[in-house]
Amino acid sequence: MSTRMVEVRAKVLKQNDLLARTLRERFRTECTCVVGLVSSPGSGKTAFLEKLLGGLARDSRVAALVGDLATENDAARLRRATPNVRQITTGTVCHLDAQMVEKALESWPLDRIDFLFIENVGNLVCPSSYDLGEELRFVLLSATEGEDKPLKYPTIFNSSDVAIITKMDLAEAAEFDVAAARRNIESVRPGMQVFEVSAKTGSGMQAVFDLLHAQLACARQSRVAVTP
Amino acid sequence: MHELSIAISMIDQITEESERRGGLDVEAVHLKLGIFSGVDKDALLFAYELACEGSMLEGSRLVIETVPLVIYCADCEKDRVPPSVYQLSCPDCGSPGQKIVTGREIEVSFLEIAA
Repeated sequence: MSTRMVEVRAKVLKQNDLLARTLRERFRTECTCVVGLVSSPGSGKTAFLEKLLGGLARDSRVAALVGDLATENDAARLRRATPNVRQITTGTVCHLDAQMVEKALESWPLDRIDFLFIENVGNLVCPSSYDLGEELRFVLLSATEGEDKPLKYPTIFNSSDVAIITKMDLAEAAEFDVAAARRNIESVRPGMQVFEVSAKTGSGMQAVFDLLHAQLACARQSRVAVTP
Repeated sequence: MHELSIAISMIDQITEESERRGGLDVEAVHLKLGIFSGVDKDALLFAYELACEGSMLEGSRLVIETVPLVIYCADCEKDRVPPSVYQLSCPDCGSPGQKIVTGREIEVSFLEIAA
């Protein structure tokens, strides 16, 4: 039996990418600075986010979406910093996608939020394929994990915009080589900005706040520029 | 293991394509898969077979063409294949490669149809 070829040339994640683009445009119009957080489980995403929300909430309106396979534990933790927290429980799915984000945002007054954080499921593989419409993606690496994580998971580090080394208060005890970690990050994502923080002591957090404030100012400025 | 999600997205997309063309008897699906896409080839082949059960693609083959990682070297002004997926630099001059040219694809290129 003979066969014929039909050319398709279609991106498999086209639906997700289109929806992510729509979300990104919406966030820009509403001047909400949206940051995605990815990391392995246990690298300190929630502690870091708790500090971020607490610090930013002093002079900004903040909100967070948190993804986990199960439980509302993270949302409950983050609500200590802001009531604007929604949990996305994915069941068995190992990543968030744009549709889950859109659904979780339903009936949320986004135009009154300055910073929205989307904490992905703890996983260094799957989230790299899915655009969520975020403006910046932070990848977290903790001082207790080992310096070569970026080399082992180059895809997620490369798909991120900023690297955050967490748990720096434990660096010495864990004999963590910061210079090697920075070299490895540079190797998989040349030019990437790297911050060293400790959510526990608060060290290094100010630099992250400054980056986020600058990002928000930039978003507002470009909004002014396009609004007649 | 998000390969099952990827396989389901593929099947939805091809089913739609088939409907648009008045129904296709698909024997094989050809996919371009970048090695920097975050999707594992073997896991996807496995997931595809499972996901196809009960769909119009049941019994079809998935043929995967691996797309290498290529970066653009701004110093050499040329596309280059880096030494490895965890060392994104030019193999000739050593400059870091900030722009990825290929390697992220997850793209159905064509379908083999029973004529």
